[in-house]
Amino acid sequence: MAKETTAAAVPTKDRLLKALTGNLGTYLIVVAFFVIIEAMIAGKSITSAFQGQLVPICVYVSAALSLNLVVGVSGELSLGHAGFMSVGAFSGAILSSVLMDAVPDPALRLLLCIITGGIFGAIFGAIVGVPVMRLSGDYLAIVTLAFGEIIKNLLNNLYVGHDAAGLHFSMTDTTSLGMTNGTVVVNGPQGAVGITKISTFVAGTLLVLFTLFVVLNLMKSRSGRAIMAVRDNKIAAEAVGINVTKYRLMAFVVAAALAGMAGALYAMNFSSVVPSRFDYNTSILILVYVVLGGIGSMRGSVIAAAILTVLPETLRFMADYRMLIYAVVLIAVMVLPNIPAVASLMEKVKEAMPWNKRTTAEEGGAQ
Amino acid sequence: MSPTTQNPDSEKKTYRAQAERAKTGETSEKKTYAAQAAKAHDKDAPGTAPVAGPVDKGARMVPLPSDGIVPERDLYSTPVLECRHLGIDFGGLHAVEDFNLIVGKTEIAGLIGPNGAGKTTVFNLLTKVYQPTRGTILLDGKDTSGMNTARLSREGVARTFQNIRLFSSMTVEENVTIGLHNAVPYGMWSGILRLPKYWVSEHKLHERAMELLDVFDMTGVANVEAGNLPYGAQRRLEIVRALATGPKLLLLDEPAAGMNPSETAELMENIRKIRDDFQIAVLLIEHDMDLVMGICEGIAVLNYGKIIAKGTPAEIQGNPQVIEAYLGSDATKEA
Repeated sequence: MAKETTAAAVPTKDRLLKALTGNLGTYLIVVAFFVIIEAMIAGKSITSAFQGQLVPICVYVSAALSLNLVVGVSGELSLGHAGFMSVGAFSGAILSSVLMDAVPDPALRLLLCIITGGIFGAIFGAIVGVPVMRLSGDYLAIVTLAFGEIIKNLLNNLYVGHDAAGLHFSMTDTTSLGMTNGTVVVNGPQGAVGITKISTFVAGTLLVLFTLFVVLNLMKSRSGRAIMAVRDNKIAAEAVGINVTKYRLMAFVVAAALAGMAGALYAMNFSSVVPSRFDYNTSILILVYVVLGGIGSMRGSVIAAAILTVLPETLRFMADYRMLIYAVVLIAVMVLPNIPAVASLMEKVKEAMPWNKRTTAEEGGAQ
Repeated sequence: MSPTTQNPDSEKKTYRAQAERAKTGETSEKKTYAAQAAKAHDKDAPGTAPVAGPVDKGARMVPLPSDGIVPERDLYSTPVLECRHLGIDFGGLHAVEDFNLIVGKTEIAGLIGPNGAGKTTVFNLLTKVYQPTRGTILLDGKDTSGMNTARLSREGVARTFQNIRLFSSMTVEENVTIGLHNAVPYGMWSGILRLPKYWVSEHKLHERAMELLDVFDMTGVANVEAGNLPYGAQRRLEIVRALATGPKLLLLDEPAAGMNPSETAELMENIRKIRDDFQIAVLLIEHDMDLVMGICEGIAVLNYGKIIAKGTPAEIQGNPQVIEAYLGSDATKEA
């Protein structure tokens, strides 16, 4: 009895430590990446092409993290994640143009745009999620895929402008906006035009940290456990009184909001963004990051998204062969961990790591 | 700590007392555990005789006018479960038909029958995994029609599954914590922003989970992944998780399946202990007749979706219809 009480008491402290260090590691990777890049920029040892990739890296890392909340934590296959990004991108671009004079500070304007992108992402997440959460598996994948395409086509035909009278929307052309002296922000297939580039690498890193914070904290909370319970066993989750639809929807809407924020950051990094930038291929690309990083592993998503965004550019010196190499890397990452010899080698490397050594020694001591 | 709970068992019993106190808003520490438990349970039925002290074993079963039997001690409280003419059809098949059953407030009841008799279907009806085609289910006197599975859990029905359904990628403690989902609620924002409510609730969740795990001496494996537990321990964990929801009625679907005789004996003790400590009713499906005859007070026998006999273990053992259902008609003739 006494022995058990101590055994129960020790893990409390241990658990707290483990929870802190487990998440801390992921945050540290992002911060370390940021510091290294900043040092490289200061030392001028970075190509301008790579420097242009920094914000997209942050965007794709955030998008992969938010998709991992749906695919890994909630266990639903969503193929329309880029749709939520485009919703965020376009709402952010419109707000940025409207606020151009009212909020001169670019950092504050960017923050407001990202928040708006998140809100619109959440709204569209709820609109799609409420009917879609009645479905699961393949059906959910098909409907989210269709949603991504619908959003893209809607934006392809959307014209938005603003003048002194306020915002004007049209689905036909710019003249029908009926503006005098106004600015056209969204111009149909040409997308959002005339954006002032206000995204920075610092903002991108902060967004990645924020996304990590939301996703990791959600996972380690009552709501997150309920989401994972539904994923692991829907019937058992219902039997312990969990509202299955509510928690599936929660994961979906939070992910959509985070994708919207990433989308807004993305739009603010270019002078124009076309709707077809967020098509089916982008959704699949983000899903590839999630799958290769490890479904449900947030750290994996961060690393995979960062490396795989950089890789095609880094391989540019190989000219025609670069997509070939890219494909080979993807296949290798998928196949290698499933080869027993490689898997056991990875296990050994894992065990040799100093932080893992400490916990195994403690476990041995407790028993 | 209350001066009246100084006996060695008091440690384990305090959990329920605390839980009930929290539920009823009772803050006094001076009352004994049993009185508190009894008070909490009878708050819905004022004026009825309270259950005082631990439940006496081998209680006399009393027949009711509506063709049911309950232990004498439960006679004056609303039955926790009352099924009236319950039935479900799958296409043309009457899987369960005219199912009438009354389970007393602190009764351990058994539902037995040959394979395919419809026992698990009855459990699925009671937890609304299937919506009944006909009939009524009253839970503690309340009509459950229109409720779904999650709602029923909040109303006080907890169950385990014949084929174990744990959240196997999560730890033992997390499984119990998920069982406490509605007992210690806090919102999504408290969780994401780590508001003070998060820390208070998580601490409470951890303590309650550990107390519940202690009922089955499982605190030592709290951090083990549930899927890595031995089979018997997984079955016990399912019971702990079900208890965590704070049920009035615990449904156990073949709790002894795959257990050896000594584990089964321990399980019997534990089921009795749960009933006594938590003052709840247990309805169990089981093929292990030693267990059924050993702990059940009232037994219903199901065959082809119909109840063919109800009674005490002794009555059921001597019932020719039951023997026929299990062994076939020739066996009855020879006997």
